[in-house]
Amino acid sequence: MAETINEVKFSDAAMAEIQRYISHYPEGRQKSAILPILHIAQAEFGGWVSPEVMDKVAEILNIQPIEVYEVATFYTMFNLKPVGKHVLEVCRTGPCCLRGADQIIDMIKQKLNIEEGETTADGMFTLKPVECLASCGSGPMLQVRELFYENIDSEEKLDEFLETMRTKEHETPVWKK
Amino acid sequence: MGLKILTEHINVPGIETLEVYRKHGGYKSVEKALKTMSPDEVVEEVKTSGLRGRGGAGFPTGMKWSFLAKPEGIPRYLVCNADESEPGTFKDRWFMEKNPHALIEGMITSSYALGANTSYIYIRGELLFVLRILEKAIAEAYAAGLLGKNILGSGYDLDLHVAPGGGAYICGEETALLESLEGKRGNPRNKPPFPAVKGLFQSPTVVNNVETISAVPWIVNNGGAEYAKIGIGRSTGTKLISASGNINNPGVYEIELGVPVEEFIYSDQYCGGIWKGKQLKAVVPGGSSVPILPANLILKTAAGEDRLMSYESLSDGGFVSGSMLGSGAFIVFDEDQCIVRNTWNYARFYHHESCGQCSPCREGTGWMEKVLHRIEYGHGHQQDIDLLVSVAKQIEGNTICPLGDAAAWPVASAVRHFRHEFEWHINNPKEATAPGAVYRGQLDAVTA
Repeated sequence: MAETINEVKFSDAAMAEIQRYISHYPEGRQKSAILPILHIAQAEFGGWVSPEVMDKVAEILNIQPIEVYEVATFYTMFNLKPVGKHVLEVCRTGPCCLRGADQIIDMIKQKLNIEEGETTADGMFTLKPVECLASCGSGPMLQVRELFYENIDSEEKLDEFLETMRTKEHETPVWKK
Repeated sequence: MGLKILTEHINVPGIETLEVYRKHGGYKSVEKALKTMSPDEVVEEVKTSGLRGRGGAGFPTGMKWSFLAKPEGIPRYLVCNADESEPGTFKDRWFMEKNPHALIEGMITSSYALGANTSYIYIRGELLFVLRILEKAIAEAYAAGLLGKNILGSGYDLDLHVAPGGGAYICGEETALLESLEGKRGNPRNKPPFPAVKGLFQSPTVVNNVETISAVPWIVNNGGAEYAKIGIGRSTGTKLISASGNINNPGVYEIELGVPVEEFIYSDQYCGGIWKGKQLKAVVPGGSSVPILPANLILKTAAGEDRLMSYESLSDGGFVSGSMLGSGAFIVFDEDQCIVRNTWNYARFYHHESCGQCSPCREGTGWMEKVLHRIEYGHGHQQDIDLLVSVAKQIEGNTICPLGDAAAWPVASAVRHFRHEFEWHINNPKEATAPGAVYRGQLDAVTA
């Protein structure tokens, strides 16, 4: 990862997307675009936002770096340290638990030999239990980047999912298509 | 099947495209409102309809619109609250994913009524795939002259944008949402001033839920009086209910308000009965923040009448024997579910999601989680139950935003209706913490 602001460079496509989001707000209110830009940054730089990346976001928005840090640390979707290729965000909240989410989380820990928040030795998976993902009717479920994987309600389905993920590449971010 | 206002065409192949949506009557309300009605006339129709906010609070929408300040020379904004994060609630996500143009049509008609020339849909960050669907549909609407300058030659201009959140339940609270939309932490604002006076960028702003806004086109097309005929009493119209938990048919259902709860749970048209043929133990009828009710109280009101799916019937008896329709998230618990464990699960959720701005919420949610955890895991004390009630009382009503109440009510109601289950956990720790252990005394009492 880059060590200085100068080494953090968004792709042209990502910069075009960033400018599009900034244009949605009135003159002088460009800070409003901070959340979409952090999402773009996370997808652009390996699934997490480093201090250098946050500094770059501040530079683009012409705001103080602290204004980016305080936002990035408040919202749980932004990873502040390196993560695996696939971050398994497993819903652990009420309705999913009524259908077996706790057991699925335990199985993932066992099968991947990691605890919550940890990454597998091969760098493939990070386990990140999260609160409700608005998929309560199809739990247990988990999210990987922008996609939902629902009704993971048996060990067989979990095995099948993990096997698929081992060979899966992430979809190209929409602004790069 | 009852009348479908929002979901009549939801399973039509291609309904997410402008072409198919228009073939099925889409965007007629924009044509009608912008060309034949004044903004005030649209507001009046919404008032007449009796439409109430579908995000949970149930406040009359037309009245909320009429509070909007209209000083000259200052922009006004409509912000759609699509930050659906209440556990049990997934209707808005499902609706936007399936039928994005219905929301966009509602945004145009509603923005016209409010005199807004820029509007935003604030969508929870976890739903970036829905954001892509909305943005694609918005681009289609711009290309067709339904957004942008001089819409359909009416002289009315509107820009519509989608803004993603970053994963914070608190941003479903309207002032926290506005803070977030301004690029800040989602800390709720003190009220007054209310958003209708000083909202987004210090300008007059209305914040409405996805389902609320999506109901407006039908009201404009058919008239508020026709809408008011649907439903029961002051619960007019239809409602999307997201049903989850231990039922045979989880999913989203559009109901005419007033359907009996028993019919909703057991009819094949809706939930299809309890999963695996088990007994009903309890229901949270309106999202995790509303009080839980045991089986007997969810089926009958305090007066002994059939409980109905309506704002009034579900709250009958106050919190002693009633609950709330809330966001319409209907979570069903079968006889194998441990109430203590579920209450701890929700307490953990609210502790995690508290923004930390108010001490009672920041500290209290953590204390409730800890106390519930030790009861659930066999280390509880008798005084813990009253301690839980005491902490819940000290949070309730003592915070800037309603998240404190939302955290306190599930705990207080669980103790109110299932106190013996907490006592059983404390008195029989080894039995209570054995794998699969569930206290069944309450169920026996209910089904006797």
